[in-house]
Amino acid sequence: MLGLVALPMVMRNPYYLGIMVFMGIYSLISIGLSLLMGYAGQISLGHAAFFAIGAYTSGILTTKAHLSPLPAFLAAIVLTACIAFLIGIPTLRLKGHYLAMATLGFGQIVYVALNASVDFTGGPSGFGEIPRIALGNFVVESQLSRYCLVWALVIIVLLFSLNLIHSRVGRALRSIHSSELAANAMGVNTSKYKIQVFVLSAIYASIAGSLYAHFVTFISPGSFDLEFSILLVTMVVVGGMANVWGALLGTVLLTLLPEFLRGFKDYDILIYGSTLLLIMIFMPEGLFGLVKKLRTVHGKT
Amino acid sequence: MEPILETINLTKRFGGLVAVSDVSLKVETGEIKAIIGPNGAGKTTIFNAITGVDPPTAGEIRLKGRKINGLKPYEIASQGISRTFQNVELFDNMSVLENVMVGRHPRTFSGLLSALFHLPKSIAEEKAIRDDAMERLAFVGLSSSAQELASKLPFGQQRVLELARAWATDPKLLLLDEPAAGLNSHEATVLADLILKIREKGTTILLVEHDMELVMDISDKILVVNYGKKIAEDKPEEIQDNQEVIKAYLGEDFKER
Repeated sequence: MLGLVALPMVMRNPYYLGIMVFMGIYSLISIGLSLLMGYAGQISLGHAAFFAIGAYTSGILTTKAHLSPLPAFLAAIVLTACIAFLIGIPTLRLKGHYLAMATLGFGQIVYVALNASVDFTGGPSGFGEIPRIALGNFVVESQLSRYCLVWALVIIVLLFSLNLIHSRVGRALRSIHSSELAANAMGVNTSKYKIQVFVLSAIYASIAGSLYAHFVTFISPGSFDLEFSILLVTMVVVGGMANVWGALLGTVLLTLLPEFLRGFKDYDILIYGSTLLLIMIFMPEGLFGLVKKLRTVHGKT
Repeated sequence: MEPILETINLTKRFGGLVAVSDVSLKVETGEIKAIIGPNGAGKTTIFNAITGVDPPTAGEIRLKGRKINGLKPYEIASQGISRTFQNVELFDNMSVLENVMVGRHPRTFSGLLSALFHLPKSIAEEKAIRDDAMERLAFVGLSSSAQELASKLPFGQQRVLELARAWATDPKLLLLDEPAAGLNSHEATVLADLILKIREKGTTILLVEHDMELVMDISDKILVVNYGKKIAEDKPEEIQDNQEVIKAYLGEDFKER
Protein backbone atom coordinates (compact mmCIF):
# COMPACT_ATOMS: atom_id res chain seq x y z
CA MET A 1 0.00 0.00 0.00
CA LEU A 2 2.83 2.37 0.87
CA GLY A 3 4.40 1.50 -2.45
CA LEU A 4 1.24 2.72 -4.15
CA VAL A 5 1.51 6.11 -2.49
CA ALA A 6 5.23 6.39 -3.19
CA LEU A 7 5.04 5.20 -6.77
CA PRO A 8 4.06 8.46 -8.53
CA MET A 9 6.83 10.30 -6.68
CA VAL A 10 9.49 8.23 -8.43
CA MET A 11 7.58 7.56 -11.61
CA ARG A 12 6.30 10.61 -13.41
CA ASN A 13 6.14 9.03 -16.85
CA PRO A 14 2.51 9.63 -17.90
CA TYR A 15 2.46 6.46 -19.99
CA TYR A 16 3.21 4.25 -17.00
CA LEU A 17 0.89 6.27 -14.79
CA GLY A 18 -1.79 5.71 -17.40
CA ILE A 19 -1.32 1.96 -17.08
CA MET A 20 -1.58 2.29 -13.31
CA VAL A 21 -4.84 4.22 -13.71
CA PHE A 22 -6.36 1.37 -15.70
CA MET A 23 -5.01 -1.08 -13.18
CA GLY A 24 -6.91 0.83 -10.51
CA ILE A 25 -10.14 0.81 -12.54
CA TYR A 26 -9.87 -2.93 -13.09
CA SER A 27 -9.04 -3.46 -9.42
CA LEU A 28 -12.31 -1.84 -8.37
CA ILE A 29 -14.19 -4.46 -10.39
CA SER A 30 -12.03 -7.43 -9.50
CA ILE A 31 -12.29 -6.76 -5.76
CA GLY A 32 -16.07 -6.96 -6.07
CA LEU A 33 -15.87 -10.07 -8.23
CA SER A 34 -13.63 -11.66 -5.64
CA LEU A 35 -16.29 -11.08 -2.98
CA LEU A 36 -18.88 -12.64 -5.28
CA MET A 37 -16.81 -15.55 -6.62
CA GLY A 38 -14.14 -16.24 -4.03
CA TYR A 39 -16.20 -15.65 -0.91
CA ALA A 40 -19.82 -16.34 -1.82
CA GLY A 41 -18.93 -18.89 -4.52
CA GLN A 42 -21.16 -17.37 -7.22
CA ILE A 43 -19.70 -16.83 -10.68
CA SER A 44 -20.54 -13.92 -12.97
CA LEU A 45 -19.57 -13.71 -16.62
CA GLY A 46 -21.55 -10.51 -17.02
CA HIS A 47 -19.71 -7.94 -14.99
CA ALA A 48 -18.62 -6.00 -18.06
CA ALA A 49 -22.31 -5.08 -18.30
CA PHE A 50 -22.33 -3.38 -14.89
CA PHE A 51 -19.10 -1.60 -15.86
CA ALA A 52 -20.91 -0.48 -19.03
CA ILE A 53 -24.04 0.65 -17.20
CA GLY A 54 -21.89 2.78 -14.89
CA ALA A 55 -19.95 4.27 -17.81
CA TYR A 56 -22.97 4.95 -20.04
CA THR A 57 -25.13 6.37 -17.24
CA SER A 58 -22.37 8.78 -16.24
CA GLY A 59 -21.60 9.57 -19.88
CA ILE A 60 -25.17 10.16 -20.99
CA LEU A 61 -26.25 12.11 -17.92
CA THR A 62 -23.27 14.47 -18.11
CA THR A 63 -23.30 15.05 -21.88
CA LYS A 64 -26.99 14.92 -22.77
CA ALA A 65 -28.65 15.92 -19.49
CA HIS A 66 -25.75 18.23 -18.53
CA LEU A 67 -25.62 16.93 -14.99
CA SER A 68 -22.33 17.41 -13.20
CA PRO A 69 -20.25 14.26 -12.72
CA LEU A 70 -20.95 13.65 -9.03
CA PRO A 71 -24.77 13.38 -9.21
CA ALA A 72 -24.40 11.40 -12.44
CA PHE A 73 -22.00 9.09 -10.65
CA LEU A 74 -24.52 8.54 -7.83
CA ALA A 75 -27.34 8.00 -10.31
CA ALA A 76 -25.20 5.38 -12.06
CA ILE A 77 -24.70 3.57 -8.77
CA VAL A 78 -28.42 3.56 -8.01
CA LEU A 79 -29.36 2.40 -11.51
CA THR A 80 -26.74 -0.36 -11.50
CA ALA A 81 -27.85 -1.52 -8.05
CA CYS A 82 -31.48 -1.73 -9.21
CA ILE A 83 -30.60 -3.64 -12.37
CA ALA A 84 -28.29 -6.01 -10.47
CA PHE A 85 -31.06 -6.63 -7.94
CA LEU A 86 -33.62 -7.45 -10.62
CA ILE A 87 -31.18 -9.65 -12.55
CA GLY A 88 -29.93 -11.29 -9.37
CA ILE A 89 -33.30 -12.54 -8.14
CA PRO A 90 -33.84 -15.07 -10.93
CA THR A 91 -30.23 -15.84 -11.90
CA LEU A 92 -28.82 -16.46 -8.42
CA ARG A 93 -31.25 -19.34 -8.01
CA LEU A 94 -29.05 -21.11 -10.54
CA LYS A 95 -25.82 -22.83 -9.69
CA GLY A 96 -22.47 -23.45 -11.37
CA HIS A 97 -22.51 -23.54 -15.15
CA TYR A 98 -26.13 -22.44 -15.33
CA LEU A 99 -25.37 -19.28 -13.37
CA ALA A 100 -22.33 -18.67 -15.60
CA MET A 101 -24.51 -18.97 -18.73
CA ALA A 102 -27.27 -16.75 -17.33
CA THR A 103 -24.87 -13.95 -16.39
CA LEU A 104 -23.11 -14.33 -19.72
CA GLY A 105 -26.49 -13.93 -21.42
CA PHE A 106 -27.19 -10.79 -19.41
CA GLY A 107 -23.84 -9.34 -20.44
CA GLN A 108 -24.60 -10.03 -24.09
CA ILE A 109 -28.05 -8.43 -23.84
CA VAL A 110 -26.55 -5.23 -22.47
CA TYR A 111 -23.86 -5.32 -25.16
CA VAL A 112 -26.43 -5.72 -27.93
CA ALA A 113 -28.65 -3.03 -26.42
CA LEU A 114 -25.75 -0.55 -26.34
CA ASN A 115 -25.09 -1.25 -30.02
CA ALA A 116 -28.72 -1.08 -31.06
CA SER A 117 -30.03 2.03 -29.29
CA VAL A 118 -28.14 4.39 -31.60
CA ASP A 119 -30.05 7.56 -30.64
CA PHE A 120 -29.24 7.10 -27.02
CA THR A 121 -25.78 5.56 -26.91
CA GLY A 122 -24.38 6.40 -30.31
CA GLY A 123 -24.56 2.74 -31.26
CA PRO A 124 -21.43 0.83 -32.25
CA SER A 125 -19.40 4.02 -32.74
CA GLY A 126 -20.18 5.25 -29.23
CA PHE A 127 -20.04 8.88 -28.20
CA GLY A 128 -17.46 11.31 -26.87
CA GLU A 129 -16.99 14.70 -25.26
CA ILE A 130 -17.80 13.37 -21.83
CA PRO A 131 -16.69 16.08 -19.40
CA ARG A 132 -13.85 15.44 -17.00
CA ILE A 133 -14.37 15.24 -13.27
CA ALA A 134 -13.80 18.55 -11.54
CA LEU A 135 -13.32 19.03 -7.82
CA GLY A 136 -14.03 22.75 -7.39
CA ASN A 137 -11.69 24.45 -9.84
CA PHE A 138 -9.38 21.47 -10.04
CA VAL A 139 -9.99 19.33 -13.11
CA VAL A 140 -8.91 15.70 -12.91
CA GLU A 141 -7.08 15.66 -16.21
CA SER A 142 -3.43 14.78 -15.67
CA GLN A 143 -2.52 11.12 -15.30
CA LEU A 144 -1.20 11.90 -11.83
CA SER A 145 -4.51 13.29 -10.59
CA ARG A 146 -6.38 10.37 -12.15
CA TYR A 147 -3.97 8.00 -10.50
CA CYS A 148 -4.62 9.58 -7.11
CA LEU A 149 -8.40 9.59 -7.51
CA VAL A 150 -8.75 6.03 -8.72
CA TRP A 151 -6.38 4.51 -6.18
CA ALA A 152 -7.97 6.48 -3.34
CA LEU A 153 -11.24 4.84 -4.37
CA VAL A 154 -9.56 1.43 -4.62
CA ILE A 155 -8.31 1.82 -1.05
CA ILE A 156 -11.77 2.83 0.19
CA VAL A 157 -13.43 -0.08 -1.62
CA LEU A 158 -10.76 -2.43 -0.31
CA LEU A 159 -11.32 -1.27 3.27
CA PHE A 160 -15.07 -1.72 2.90
CA SER A 161 -14.53 -5.19 1.52
CA LEU A 162 -12.12 -6.22 4.27
CA ASN A 163 -14.64 -5.00 6.84
CA LEU A 164 -17.28 -7.08 5.15
CA ILE A 165 -15.13 -10.21 5.01
CA HIS A 166 -14.42 -10.10 8.73
CA SER A 167 -18.04 -9.77 9.73
CA ARG A 168 -21.16 -11.79 10.36
CA VAL A 169 -22.22 -11.24 6.76
CA GLY A 170 -18.79 -12.22 5.43
CA ARG A 171 -18.95 -15.47 7.36
CA ALA A 172 -22.44 -16.09 6.03
CA LEU A 173 -21.15 -15.62 2.46
CA ARG A 174 -18.33 -18.10 2.99
CA SER A 175 -20.73 -20.59 4.56
CA ILE A 176 -22.88 -20.38 1.40
CA HIS A 177 -19.80 -21.13 -0.69
CA SER A 178 -18.99 -24.18 1.40
CA SER A 179 -22.43 -25.77 1.88
CA GLU A 180 -25.70 -24.06 1.07
CA LEU A 181 -27.54 -26.88 2.83
CA ALA A 182 -25.70 -26.33 6.11
CA ALA A 183 -25.82 -22.53 5.76
CA ASN A 184 -29.62 -22.70 5.54
CA ALA A 185 -29.74 -25.00 8.53
CA MET A 186 -27.80 -22.36 10.48
CA GLY A 187 -30.46 -19.77 9.69
CA VAL A 188 -28.50 -18.05 6.91
CA ASN A 189 -30.89 -16.55 4.36
CA THR A 190 -28.77 -17.70 1.44
CA SER A 191 -30.75 -16.01 -1.37
CA LYS A 192 -30.70 -12.66 0.42
CA TYR A 193 -26.94 -12.65 0.96
CA LYS A 194 -26.22 -13.87 -2.56
CA ILE A 195 -28.24 -10.99 -3.98
CA GLN A 196 -26.65 -8.47 -1.60
CA VAL A 197 -23.11 -9.40 -2.60
CA PHE A 198 -24.10 -9.51 -6.28
CA VAL A 199 -25.48 -5.97 -6.02
CA LEU A 200 -22.42 -4.80 -4.09
CA SER A 201 -20.02 -6.18 -6.69
CA ALA A 202 -22.13 -4.56 -9.43
CA ILE A 203 -21.87 -1.22 -7.63
CA TYR A 204 -18.07 -1.55 -7.52
CA ALA A 205 -18.11 -2.20 -11.28
CA SER A 206 -20.39 0.79 -11.81
CA ILE A 207 -17.99 3.08 -9.89
CA ALA A 208 -15.18 1.83 -12.13
CA GLY A 209 -17.34 2.48 -15.20
CA SER A 210 -18.11 6.07 -14.23
CA LEU A 211 -14.42 6.79 -13.68
CA TYR A 212 -13.60 5.18 -17.01
CA ALA A 213 -16.12 7.37 -18.84
CA HIS A 214 -14.78 10.61 -17.35
CA PHE A 215 -11.13 9.64 -17.78
CA VAL A 216 -11.29 8.41 -21.36
CA THR A 217 -14.10 10.88 -22.28
CA PHE A 218 -15.21 8.59 -25.09
CA ILE A 219 -17.06 5.29 -24.77
CA SER A 220 -18.24 2.65 -27.21
CA PRO A 221 -19.63 -0.86 -26.70
CA GLY A 222 -16.35 -2.48 -27.76
CA SER A 223 -14.87 -1.83 -24.32
CA PHE A 224 -17.63 -3.76 -22.59
CA ASP A 225 -17.81 -7.03 -24.46
CA LEU A 226 -17.74 -10.63 -23.29
CA GLU A 227 -13.96 -10.71 -23.61
CA PHE A 228 -13.73 -8.05 -20.93
CA SER A 229 -16.03 -10.03 -18.59
CA ILE A 230 -13.80 -13.05 -19.07
CA LEU A 231 -10.66 -10.98 -18.48
CA LEU A 232 -12.13 -9.84 -15.15
CA VAL A 233 -12.91 -13.40 -14.07
CA THR A 234 -9.41 -14.46 -15.15
CA MET A 235 -7.85 -11.71 -13.02
CA VAL A 236 -9.69 -12.99 -9.96
CA VAL A 237 -8.92 -16.64 -10.63
CA VAL A 238 -5.24 -16.15 -11.52
CA GLY A 239 -4.69 -13.99 -8.45
CA GLY A 240 -6.39 -16.43 -6.13
CA MET A 241 -10.13 -16.41 -5.64
CA ALA A 242 -10.22 -17.05 -1.93
CA ASN A 243 -8.81 -13.64 -1.08
CA VAL A 244 -9.36 -10.01 -2.13
CA TRP A 245 -5.60 -9.44 -2.09
CA GLY A 246 -5.38 -12.26 -4.59
CA ALA A 247 -7.80 -10.42 -6.88
CA LEU A 248 -5.60 -7.32 -6.63
CA LEU A 249 -2.50 -9.37 -7.43
CA GLY A 250 -4.21 -10.94 -10.43
CA THR A 251 -5.28 -7.52 -11.69
CA VAL A 252 -1.74 -6.18 -11.38
CA LEU A 253 -0.32 -9.15 -13.26
CA LEU A 254 -2.85 -9.19 -16.08
CA THR A 255 -2.56 -5.43 -16.58
CA LEU A 256 1.23 -5.41 -16.65
CA LEU A 257 1.82 -8.67 -18.53
CA PRO A 258 0.62 -7.41 -21.94
CA GLU A 259 2.83 -4.33 -21.53
CA PHE A 260 5.91 -6.44 -20.83
CA LEU A 261 5.08 -8.70 -23.73
CA ARG A 262 4.90 -5.90 -26.28
CA GLY A 263 8.54 -6.53 -27.16
CA PHE A 264 7.69 -10.05 -28.30
CA LYS A 265 5.52 -8.74 -31.14
CA ASP A 266 3.43 -11.54 -32.64
CA TYR A 267 4.36 -14.01 -29.95
CA ASP A 268 2.86 -11.97 -27.12
CA ILE A 269 -0.49 -13.78 -27.16
CA LEU A 270 1.30 -17.11 -27.09
CA ILE A 271 3.40 -16.18 -24.07
CA TYR A 272 0.41 -14.54 -22.37
CA GLY A 273 -1.65 -17.71 -22.78
CA SER A 274 1.10 -20.05 -21.64
CA THR A 275 1.79 -17.91 -18.57
CA LEU A 276 -1.85 -18.20 -17.52
CA LEU A 277 -1.83 -21.91 -18.25
CA LEU A 278 1.30 -22.49 -16.17
CA ILE A 279 -0.07 -20.46 -13.27
CA MET A 280 -3.28 -22.47 -13.22
CA ILE A 281 -1.46 -25.81 -13.49
CA PHE A 282 1.17 -25.15 -10.85
CA MET A 283 -0.73 -22.74 -8.61
CA PRO A 284 -4.33 -23.90 -8.54
CA GLU A 285 -4.98 -21.48 -5.69
CA GLY A 286 -3.61 -18.62 -7.77
CA LEU A 287 -0.74 -16.26 -7.08
CA PHE A 288 -1.98 -15.54 -3.61
CA GLY A 289 -1.94 -19.26 -2.81
CA LEU A 290 1.76 -19.25 -3.67
CA VAL A 291 2.43 -16.18 -1.53
CA LYS A 292 0.65 -17.86 1.38
CA LYS A 293 2.62 -21.07 0.92
CA LEU A 294 5.94 -19.21 0.80
CA ARG A 295 5.00 -17.32 3.92
CA THR A 296 4.23 -20.48 5.92
CA VAL A 297 7.43 -22.17 4.72
CA HIS A 298 9.38 -19.07 5.68
CA GLY A 299 7.63 -18.89 9.03
CA LYS A 300 8.55 -22.46 9.91
CA THR A 301 12.27 -22.23 9.16
CA MET B 1 -47.65 -29.20 28.84
CA GLU B 2 -47.59 -28.32 25.20
CA PRO B 3 -45.06 -30.38 23.23
CA ILE B 4 -42.11 -28.57 21.64
CA LEU B 5 -42.65 -30.35 18.35
CA GLU B 6 -45.72 -32.03 17.03
CA THR B 7 -46.32 -33.60 13.64
CA ILE B 8 -49.85 -34.49 12.64
CA ASN B 9 -50.31 -37.13 9.93
CA LEU B 10 -47.01 -36.19 8.34
CA THR B 11 -46.83 -37.68 4.84
CA LYS B 12 -44.15 -37.41 2.20
CA ARG B 13 -44.48 -38.93 -1.26
CA PHE B 14 -41.78 -39.02 -3.91
CA GLY B 15 -43.81 -39.74 -7.05
CA GLY B 16 -45.46 -43.08 -6.37
CA LEU B 17 -43.23 -43.90 -3.42
CA VAL B 18 -44.66 -43.13 0.01
CA ALA B 19 -41.55 -42.44 2.10
CA VAL B 20 -43.42 -41.27 5.18
CA SER B 21 -47.03 -42.13 5.82
CA ASP B 22 -49.28 -40.48 8.41
CA VAL B 23 -46.64 -40.17 11.08
CA SER B 24 -47.86 -38.31 14.14
CA LEU B 25 -45.27 -37.68 16.81
CA LYS B 26 -44.77 -35.44 19.78
CA VAL B 27 -41.52 -34.32 21.35
CA GLU B 28 -41.95 -33.05 24.92
CA THR B 29 -39.87 -30.22 26.36
CA GLY B 30 -36.54 -31.39 27.74
CA GLU B 31 -36.69 -34.97 26.54
CA ILE B 32 -34.37 -36.95 24.33
CA LYS B 33 -36.35 -38.87 21.80
CA ALA B 34 -34.91 -41.31 19.28
CA ILE B 35 -36.35 -42.42 15.96
CA ILE B 36 -35.16 -45.88 14.96
CA GLY B 37 -36.00 -48.21 12.13
CA PRO B 38 -34.45 -50.09 9.23
CA ASN B 39 -32.67 -48.26 6.41
CA GLY B 40 -35.13 -46.61 4.08
CA ALA B 41 -37.84 -46.47 6.75
CA GLY B 42 -38.16 -42.71 6.28
CA LYS B 43 -36.22 -41.37 9.25
CA THR B 44 -34.12 -38.80 7.42
CA THR B 45 -37.16 -37.91 5.29
CA ILE B 46 -38.96 -36.96 8.52
CA PHE B 47 -35.99 -34.75 9.48
CA ASN B 48 -35.92 -33.12 6.07
CA ALA B 49 -39.65 -32.43 6.30
CA ILE B 50 -39.36 -30.89 9.75
CA THR B 51 -36.43 -28.65 8.74
CA GLY B 52 -38.09 -27.53 5.50
CA VAL B 53 -35.36 -28.99 3.27
CA ASP B 54 -37.96 -31.26 1.66
CA PRO B 55 -41.42 -30.01 2.69
CA PRO B 56 -44.06 -32.65 3.45
CA THR B 57 -46.71 -33.62 0.90
CA ALA B 58 -49.43 -33.58 3.55
CA GLY B 59 -49.86 -33.17 7.26
CA GLU B 60 -48.83 -30.50 9.66
CA ILE B 61 -45.71 -29.67 11.67
CA ARG B 62 -45.99 -27.47 14.74
CA LEU B 63 -43.24 -25.92 16.79
CA LYS B 64 -44.63 -24.91 20.19
CA GLY B 65 -48.11 -24.99 18.71
CA ARG B 66 -47.25 -22.79 15.73
CA LYS B 67 -47.47 -24.28 12.28
CA ILE B 68 -44.05 -24.24 10.58
CA ASN B 69 -44.53 -26.19 7.40
CA GLY B 70 -44.27 -23.91 4.41
CA LEU B 71 -41.48 -21.93 6.02
CA LYS B 72 -38.07 -21.89 4.38
CA PRO B 73 -35.21 -23.87 5.98
CA TYR B 74 -33.45 -20.74 7.24
CA GLU B 75 -36.70 -19.46 8.76
CA ILE B 76 -37.25 -22.76 10.56
CA ALA B 77 -33.68 -22.58 11.86
CA SER B 78 -34.34 -19.05 13.14
CA GLN B 79 -37.56 -20.23 14.80
CA GLY B 80 -35.49 -22.64 16.85
CA ILE B 81 -34.93 -25.97 15.11
CA SER B 82 -31.32 -26.78 14.39
CA ARG B 83 -29.81 -29.95 12.98
CA THR B 84 -26.75 -31.98 12.11
CA PHE B 85 -26.36 -34.13 9.00
CA GLN B 86 -25.89 -37.81 8.36
CA ASN B 87 -22.87 -37.02 6.16
CA VAL B 88 -21.14 -34.29 8.14
CA GLU B 89 -21.76 -30.91 6.47
CA LEU B 90 -19.15 -28.64 7.98
CA PHE B 91 -17.90 -25.44 6.36
CA ASP B 92 -14.60 -26.99 5.27
CA ASN B 93 -13.04 -23.73 4.14
CA MET B 94 -13.49 -22.15 7.57
CA SER B 95 -11.81 -22.60 10.93
CA VAL B 96 -13.35 -24.61 13.74
CA LEU B 97 -14.14 -21.38 15.57
CA GLU B 98 -15.71 -19.76 12.50
CA ASN B 99 -17.95 -22.79 12.01
CA VAL B 100 -19.43 -22.27 15.47
CA MET B 101 -19.58 -18.51 14.86
CA VAL B 102 -21.84 -19.14 11.85
CA GLY B 103 -24.06 -21.01 14.30
CA ARG B 104 -24.67 -17.69 16.08
CA HIS B 105 -26.09 -16.24 12.86
CA PRO B 106 -29.81 -16.51 13.65
CA ARG B 107 -29.33 -14.95 17.09
CA THR B 108 -27.40 -11.90 15.87
CA PHE B 109 -28.30 -8.98 13.63
CA SER B 110 -25.47 -7.00 11.99
CA GLY B 111 -26.28 -6.55 8.32
CA LEU B 112 -24.38 -5.63 5.20
CA LEU B 113 -24.20 -1.88 5.82
CA SER B 114 -23.04 -2.02 9.41
CA ALA B 115 -20.44 -4.57 8.29
CA LEU B 116 -19.18 -2.39 5.42
CA PHE B 117 -18.86 0.66 7.65
CA HIS B 118 -17.52 -1.36 10.57
CA LEU B 119 -20.01 0.32 12.93
CA PRO B 120 -19.40 0.09 16.69
CA LYS B 121 -22.48 -2.03 17.26
CA SER B 122 -21.29 -4.55 14.70
CA ILE B 123 -17.81 -4.62 16.30
CA ALA B 124 -19.36 -5.25 19.72
CA GLU B 125 -21.62 -7.93 18.32
CA GLU B 126 -18.70 -9.58 16.55
CA LYS B 127 -16.84 -9.82 19.84
CA ALA B 128 -19.90 -11.29 21.56
CA ILE B 129 -20.23 -13.87 18.76
CA ARG B 130 -16.57 -14.84 19.11
CA ASP B 131 -16.74 -15.11 22.92
CA ASP B 132 -19.90 -17.18 22.80
CA ALA B 133 -18.42 -19.51 20.18
CA MET B 134 -15.22 -19.94 22.21
CA GLU B 135 -17.29 -20.85 25.28
CA ARG B 136 -19.14 -23.49 23.32
CA LEU B 137 -15.89 -24.91 21.97
CA ALA B 138 -14.60 -25.13 25.54
CA PHE B 139 -17.81 -26.88 26.55
CA VAL B 140 -17.43 -29.56 23.89
CA GLY B 141 -13.66 -29.80 24.36
CA LEU B 142 -12.46 -28.35 21.07
CA SER B 143 -10.83 -25.11 22.31
CA SER B 144 -7.34 -26.20 21.38
CA SER B 145 -8.34 -26.70 17.73
CA ALA B 146 -10.24 -23.40 17.44
CA GLN B 147 -7.98 -21.94 14.74
CA GLU B 148 -7.62 -25.12 12.70
CA LEU B 149 -9.47 -25.70 9.46
CA ALA B 150 -12.61 -27.72 10.13
CA SER B 151 -11.68 -30.22 7.41
CA LYS B 152 -8.38 -30.95 9.20
CA LEU B 153 -10.12 -32.35 12.31
CA PRO B 154 -10.32 -36.12 12.83
CA PHE B 155 -13.76 -37.45 11.88
CA GLY B 156 -14.91 -38.00 15.47
CA GLN B 157 -14.20 -34.37 16.30
CA GLN B 158 -15.93 -33.21 13.14
CA ARG B 159 -19.11 -34.81 14.48
CA VAL B 160 -18.60 -33.00 17.78
CA LEU B 161 -17.97 -29.72 15.96
CA GLU B 162 -21.13 -30.11 13.93
CA LEU B 163 -23.05 -30.68 17.15
CA ALA B 164 -21.48 -27.56 18.69
CA ARG B 165 -22.34 -25.50 15.61
CA ALA B 166 -25.97 -26.61 15.67
CA TRP B 167 -26.20 -26.01 19.41
CA ALA B 168 -24.74 -22.51 18.96
CA THR B 169 -28.02 -21.42 17.33
CA ASP B 170 -29.66 -21.81 20.77
CA PRO B 171 -32.23 -24.22 19.39
CA LYS B 172 -35.44 -25.13 21.16
CA LEU B 173 -35.16 -28.45 19.40
CA LEU B 174 -31.97 -30.07 18.14
CA LEU B 175 -32.22 -32.75 15.45
CA LEU B 176 -29.28 -35.14 15.24
CA ASP B 177 -29.14 -37.31 12.13
CA GLU B 178 -27.07 -40.40 12.99
CA PRO B 179 -24.62 -38.53 15.22
CA ALA B 180 -22.62 -41.68 16.03
CA ALA B 181 -22.30 -43.01 12.48
CA GLY B 182 -18.66 -43.74 11.70
CA LEU B 183 -17.52 -43.29 15.30
CA ASN B 184 -15.69 -45.92 17.32
CA SER B 185 -17.18 -46.96 20.66
CA HIS B 186 -15.03 -44.56 22.66
CA GLU B 187 -15.97 -41.62 20.42
CA ALA B 188 -19.60 -42.66 20.60
CA THR B 189 -19.49 -42.60 24.41
CA VAL B 190 -17.93 -39.13 24.40
CA LEU B 191 -20.66 -37.97 22.03
CA ALA B 192 -23.41 -39.53 24.14
CA ASP B 193 -22.12 -37.68 27.22
CA LEU B 194 -22.07 -34.47 25.25
CA ILE B 195 -25.65 -34.95 24.08
CA LEU B 196 -26.73 -35.48 27.70
CA LYS B 197 -24.83 -32.36 28.81
CA ILE B 198 -26.47 -30.28 26.09
CA ARG B 199 -29.88 -31.56 27.14
CA GLU B 200 -29.10 -30.52 30.73
CA LYS B 201 -28.53 -27.00 29.40
CA GLY B 202 -32.17 -26.98 28.38
CA THR B 203 -32.20 -28.22 24.78
CA THR B 204 -34.74 -30.80 23.65
CA ILE B 205 -33.28 -33.45 21.36
CA LEU B 206 -34.68 -35.63 18.61
CA LEU B 207 -32.25 -38.06 17.06
CA VAL B 208 -32.06 -40.74 14.41
CA GLU B 209 -29.50 -43.41 15.19
CA HIS B 210 -28.52 -46.98 14.40
CA ASP B 211 -26.18 -47.44 17.37
CA MET B 212 -28.69 -49.20 19.65
CA GLU B 213 -26.47 -49.07 22.70
CA LEU B 214 -26.33 -45.29 22.45
CA VAL B 215 -30.06 -45.03 21.73
CA MET B 216 -31.05 -47.23 24.71
CA ASP B 217 -28.62 -45.36 27.00
CA ILE B 218 -29.63 -41.79 26.41
CA SER B 219 -33.21 -41.78 25.11
CA ASP B 220 -36.25 -41.13 27.25
CA LYS B 221 -38.60 -42.31 24.51
CA ILE B 222 -38.11 -44.21 21.29
CA LEU B 223 -40.22 -44.07 18.19
CA VAL B 224 -39.95 -46.92 15.72
CA VAL B 225 -40.75 -46.51 12.04
CA ASN B 226 -40.91 -49.11 9.32
CA TYR B 227 -41.91 -48.55 5.69
CA GLY B 228 -42.68 -44.93 6.51
CA LYS B 229 -45.16 -45.84 9.25
CA LYS B 230 -44.93 -45.49 12.99
CA ILE B 231 -45.06 -49.01 14.48
CA ALA B 232 -44.28 -48.27 18.11
CA GLU B 233 -43.48 -45.51 20.58
CA ASP B 234 -42.38 -46.23 24.11
CA LYS B 235 -39.64 -46.19 26.73
CA PRO B 236 -36.38 -48.00 25.79
CA GLU B 237 -37.08 -51.00 28.08
CA GLU B 238 -40.53 -51.53 26.59
CA ILE B 239 -39.28 -51.14 23.03
CA GLN B 240 -36.72 -53.90 23.58
CA ASP B 241 -39.57 -56.29 24.45
CA ASN B 242 -41.93 -55.18 21.73
CA GLN B 243 -42.44 -58.17 19.42
CA GLU B 244 -43.26 -56.09 16.36
CA VAL B 245 -40.12 -53.96 16.78
CA ILE B 246 -37.96 -57.05 17.29
CA LYS B 247 -39.36 -58.54 14.12
CA ALA B 248 -38.98 -55.40 12.02
CA TYR B 249 -35.68 -54.07 13.23
CA LEU B 250 -33.93 -55.17 16.42
CA GLY B 251 -33.75 -58.90 15.67
CA GLU B 252 -34.38 -61.85 17.97
CA ASP B 253 -31.00 -61.84 19.64
CA PHE B 254 -30.99 -58.17 20.62
CA LYS B 255 -31.93 -58.79 24.27
CA GLU B 256 -29.14 -61.30 24.77
CA ARG B 257 -26.38 -58.80 24.04
